[in-house]
Amino acid sequence: MAPPGSLRSPPPGEAPNRPGNPSGAAAASITIQMTPPVEYVLRIADTCLIHAQRLAEWCGHGPVLEEDIALTNQALDLIGQARGLLTLAGRLEGQGFDEDQLAFLRDEHDFRNLTLVEQPMRRSSAHSPGGDFADTVLRSFLLATWLKLTWQRLASSSEPELAAIAGKALKEARYHQQHCGDWVVRLGDGTDESARRLAAALDRAWPYVNEMFQRDAVDEVAQASGLGPARDELAVDWQREVAEVFADAKLSLPPATPFVSTGTLGRHSEHLGFILAEMQTLQRSFPAGRW
Amino acid sequence: MNTTPSASANEWPLWEVFVRPKAGLDHKHCGSLHAADPKMALQLAREVYTRRQEGTSVWVVKSSDITASDPGDKAMLFDPMEDKVYRHPTFYPLPDEVNHM
Repeated sequence: MAPPGSLRSPPPGEAPNRPGNPSGAAAASITIQMTPPVEYVLRIADTCLIHAQRLAEWCGHGPVLEEDIALTNQALDLIGQARGLLTLAGRLEGQGFDEDQLAFLRDEHDFRNLTLVEQPMRRSSAHSPGGDFADTVLRSFLLATWLKLTWQRLASSSEPELAAIAGKALKEARYHQQHCGDWVVRLGDGTDESARRLAAALDRAWPYVNEMFQRDAVDEVAQASGLGPARDELAVDWQREVAEVFADAKLSLPPATPFVSTGTLGRHSEHLGFILAEMQTLQRSFPAGRW
Repeated sequence: MNTTPSASANEWPLWEVFVRPKAGLDHKHCGSLHAADPKMALQLAREVYTRRQEGTSVWVVKSSDITASDPGDKAMLFDPMEDKVYRHPTFYPLPDEVNHM
């Protein structure tokens, strides 16, 4: 245990000069100047960050010790990716925000993650009424496949920093896809009970998949400038790779649904607020705290 | 290394993990873990035993596939070598270029 007082918040006047929080004493939210490149990078960054936060809920609760460590390792990979992307987003945004300010002092409507990653993923976590291990491995597999295809294309981004992040992240995403894909097959082709729960997890995840392949003005700017791919470019490869694993798991791709979720536009489900409250409480209580 | 029948009915089999720290060195035994199949054992070995960049290659072997010497035979098997120091190569001066001896 750290002794009391080791968690220091700088007194007013000594605070680092941070935009949006000039006194250093209050935990005021920052406001982002949302341009298409900033928004494009934040969509990927926030998807990694919030998925990592959900995966971290498993820490100490995994079905077996080894898988507990595996899920946490995966969360840490995603946090590393989010850190690089948030730093880049801060630079593109131009007001001098760093990764911590972007992660911990932004309000819900300034987050741009896919709605899928907000959804409950583990039974009996504080604010998560649904979801279980099948939801976890299935969602991680769907996302890792999407992220892998994204990183592959970002590796040749016109923004060198983004290309460098993608080069490193691609190796991590490939492993996540394989590890979680193996679990999808193991559950889908396992017992009646495991197959039933995997199918239920797919029913819960599927309505949020459309958003992964939407195309809007932000995608078009990114595509035209060479910053990165438009999301709809990924659809064919994603469906092929997912269908291959699903065949082994005795699952089929459900039919398309009309609903399109809107997390990437900053309009979120009821779950993100709870995630942010937990994730941001320390930075907001001890702005710029060091320990 | 044996598990009782009741334990093995409910638990995943035990695997022994060997990690090669870098090219040119041998795989070394570093621990064990439970996994349902060989592929899972390899992945979990990677997660548990190489997360601080300890390895460049991993082997996993089912613990039940290892034949081990009986601890009761220790005296018979190993004590007779105690007084045969002449089997050590320590009586030869080695050139400096020879490492890892």
